[in-house]
Parts: sequence; structure tokens; C-alpha cells
Amino acid sequence: MSDDRVLSESMTQKLKSAGLIVMFFVLWEFACIVFGVKEIILPRPTVILSAMYEFFPGIKPHLIQTLYTTLVGFALGVMVGVALGLLIGTSRVAYDTAYPLLVGFSSIPKVAVVPIFVLWFGAGTTPAILTSLVICVFPIVVNVATGLATTEPELEDVLKALGASKWDVLWNVSLPRAMPYFFASLKVAITLAFVGTVLSETVASNRGIGNLMMIASSNFNVPLVFAGLFLLAFLGVGLYVIFSLIERRVAGWAMRKTDLAVA
Amino acid sequence: MARLKSVEEALTLDASDAVPASKPVVQIEKVTITYGRGDNAVHALSETSLNISKGDFVALVGPSGCGKSTILKLVSNLIRPSTGHVFVGGREVGAEKVGIGMAFQNPTMLPWLTIRNNIMLPLKIVEPYRSQYRAKKKTEFRDKAEALLETVGLKGFGDKYPWQLSGGMLQRSNLCRALIHEPSLLLLDEPFGALDQFTREELWDILQKLWMDHRPTVFLVTHDLREAAYLATRICVMSARPGRVVADEHVSFARPRTLDMTYEPGFVALTQKLRSLIVDARAAA
Repeated sequence: MSDDRVLSESMTQKLKSAGLIVMFFVLWEFACIVFGVKEIILPRPTVILSAMYEFFPGIKPHLIQTLYTTLVGFALGVMVGVALGLLIGTSRVAYDTAYPLLVGFSSIPKVAVVPIFVLWFGAGTTPAILTSLVICVFPIVVNVATGLATTEPELEDVLKALGASKWDVLWNVSLPRAMPYFFASLKVAITLAFVGTVLSETVASNRGIGNLMMIASSNFNVPLVFAGLFLLAFLGVGLYVIFSLIERRVAGWAMRKTDLAVA
Repeated sequence: MARLKSVEEALTLDASDAVPASKPVVQIEKVTITYGRGDNAVHALSETSLNISKGDFVALVGPSGCGKSTILKLVSNLIRPSTGHVFVGGREVGAEKVGIGMAFQNPTMLPWLTIRNNIMLPLKIVEPYRSQYRAKKKTEFRDKAEALLETVGLKGFGDKYPWQLSGGMLQRSNLCRALIHEPSLLLLDEPFGALDQFTREELWDILQKLWMDHRPTVFLVTHDLREAAYLATRICVMSARPGRVVADEHVSFARPRTLDMTYEPGFVALTQKLRSLIVDARAAA
């Protein structure tokens, strides 16, 4: 009985938040009408949606390009990030040398890196993949390393006392312990990966949502610019939700107190 | 024939006087531990020697901070001595993996594993179970974990996660995890320290029964003198920091010991004696 109540409570909670989100767009719509905001300054959500619908056949290849580039960049970023995080989190020397380098590198505005990538690999898909890789790698490295480095020595001692090897300890204690950190960083990284891709596309590509928005804005097709933004936001939210669901399965043990962190 | 045998016995007895027949399971030889250097050096353990024979139940008591837990960590190879040697099973610690089961004061259950999987953890690490783990984790090993859980009164809790259990239940599981790979040497670091008295006494009984049934060598660190006197065959008293063993008492009460016995004059006299030894050790520091 109490289970039912908890369930219905969480249902009403979800309905409430969904209602508030819808409210936000309704307010936007009304504000534009009431204050007579011009379409070229800020289009209404309905105009944006209709532009999205109208131009969808033209948008679709760009959308696929951006999604593909982002996912490849993100996947590579995860691999590189986990590898570096493992190294930094388990070795004192790596920690001391790689961390300053990493912080320095991630402080460089990525827009300044794109021209270098273009110089090396030419304009197009490759620099976009690389930009999304370098932009999303940092949070992954930091979180994986932190997760590993903050493993309670007591937990490790349980295995060490049994004569376990370093690898055993890493595999059975440190890695599972770092999982919540890892997933937290994935959610940040996936949204950053979109930033990297679109950034590179606006600077040096003839494909992708970033490029589409550049062209649309130079044609003063503001609803189409916003349609691009909306699509990016949808993609971002979609991937975020997917990772939250995986997180709940893999690292759910760390989130028993509240479902706040879960989408 | 019979006479021959008695001669043989006499001979072995004679020999055992010269050299111990079986080497002690744990030998701590002139071990010291120092943290830091120069003026900042902290002597955690001054030259300490201690032997534990096979099948013995040794309790180590002493004032807090005297290095009791340090000695356990030495035996389980979690720390290394600054000088001296530690032998387990006749081999220097760290040279070869030995069947050690260890339980800490904190239950230290891994929060992402169920209680059963936590208990089965040593089987995943220690040979000969390790190589069979994949094949048997859902059959034989699982049954073994369940059987152990039943002996400590936790039947049916295997699928729960650590946060769903109370402190006492976690400590019982902790004991199961220390025992599942049938270690010949059991190291217990104040395993019942954080429990209420009734749970603690209940676990004493469980531990005593386990020891009487399987006769592992047990090395128990505790600050509870009643616990030491109730469980141990031998009690070693340590001095204040830098610690060393200052007294060695044999406990000869009949087994199985009962809680009522702990209020009998002989038992009370023993705990009082231990208490005064520790009070002296504290005063000397």
C-alpha cells in the first residue's frame, strides 16, 4: 500500500516538473506576442518548431553528421579519458606530472585549437571529432582519477590481507568504487562533446548543425538558427537520459538516498 | 610393539624439548616499527616478539594506541616491520600467500555487492577457490556462503545490500567473510568493538563454537577484557606506546565457556588481574 503511495507521489512529482517545463515555453510564446518581439530577434517556440518541420529534409543530413561526429568524439574521449584517469588515479608519478599538463591543456579555449586541427587534418569531420574528444576528455580523467584516488584504504585492505594482487584490488574494489564518479563525468562529457562538435563545425566544416546555423544566420533565417539550437538541445537531453539509465543499472548502489541524480 | 611405541613417544618428547616439534604458526621476532625519521620519529612498536602455536586462540589486549592493531597488520602483510621479522606458517610474510582470514573493526562490506557476494569475495581471490570461482559461484560456493550465513543467524539475508543491514548484522557477515575460505589463521581486529553488549556476547558464542569445531589459529585484538578471557586460550598484554608484550597469561577455563562463567570468581579474578596490568602499563607510559 505504501509502495503505491510512493509511486503515485513520484508520478505527481514528474507530472509537476513536466508541467513546469511546458509552462516555460508557453511563457516564452506569450512574452513574444505580448511585447511584440520581432522574429529576427527571438522567434516564438511555435515558429521554431514549424521551421524545424518545414526544413527537416534539409536539416536531417546535418543532424546525422553532428550526431555521428559527437558520438565518435565522445567514444574516443571516454577511452582516452578512462585510460588517463586509470594512470593518474593509480600512480603517484603520473598524478604529479599529468595533472598540471592536463589542467593547462583544458584551460586553452578549444576554439583556438580548431585551426590547428584543420591545419593538420583539413576541414570537415576529423577536426570536429578531435575537438569534441579534447573537450570532453578532461572531466572524465579528473573524475575517474578522483574515484580511484579516494578509495577507502580499509576497503582495499580487505583484499590485500588475502594476498590479492594490485590488479585484483583495482578490478574488485577501486574500479567499481569509481563508477559513480565515472558516470557523473559522462553526463558532463556528452553535453561538452556537442559543444566541441558544433564549435568545430561553425569554424571549419561544410556539414553539421553548426554549419547549418552559420548559414542560416547569414541568411537572417533566425527561426532556422533556433531550430538548430533546439535540435542540439534535444540530442543532448536524449543522450543524457540514456547515460542516466545506464548509470542507474551500473552505479545505482551509490544513489539509494535520492533519485534526484537520476533523470 | 606397545613398548616400542612408548619409546618412540619418549624420544619425540625428548626431541621436542630441544627443538619445538611443530613450528609456531605465527612468529614475530624482534619487530620494531618507526614512523618518520630523526626528531620526528614515532616509535609505534618497540622490539616485540610473540609466537602463536597452531590451533591456539590468542587475545592481545592493552591500552589504546599501543600498537595492537599494528601487530595484526604486520601478520597480514598490510605493513612491513622497520626491523625484525614476521613469519607466518614458517615463511616470511609476503613471501608466499597463506590462508589468512581477517575481520576489521569496521565491517568494510563493499557497498556495490550483495552480502552474499561480499562474503564470497575471498573465494574470488584465494587459491584453490580462485580458479574454480566462475564454475562454482552459483552452486557450491553460493551454498557455502548460505551455510555460513545460517550459522551466524543471517539466513535469507544474502541478497540484501550492506546498507540494508544493521551494524550487528554487518559484523556477522564480516565474520563470515573472514571464514569462508577456511583459513588456517584468523586475524580479528576488535571485530565486536562497535556492537552492543548483547549482540557482542551472542557473537562470542558463535565464534567459540566455530573455533571448537574447526580449530583454526585465532589472533584476536580487543580492548574488552571479558571478551579476551571468555574466548582465548592465551592472553597477551601490551604496554603503552611504544608497545611490547609485557605479560602472557594462559586461560584454562573449561570449554564451552558460558556467559554465567564470566561472573564466577576465577574469571573475575583474571579480568581484574589483566585490568591492573593494563593500568600499570598506562601509568608507566
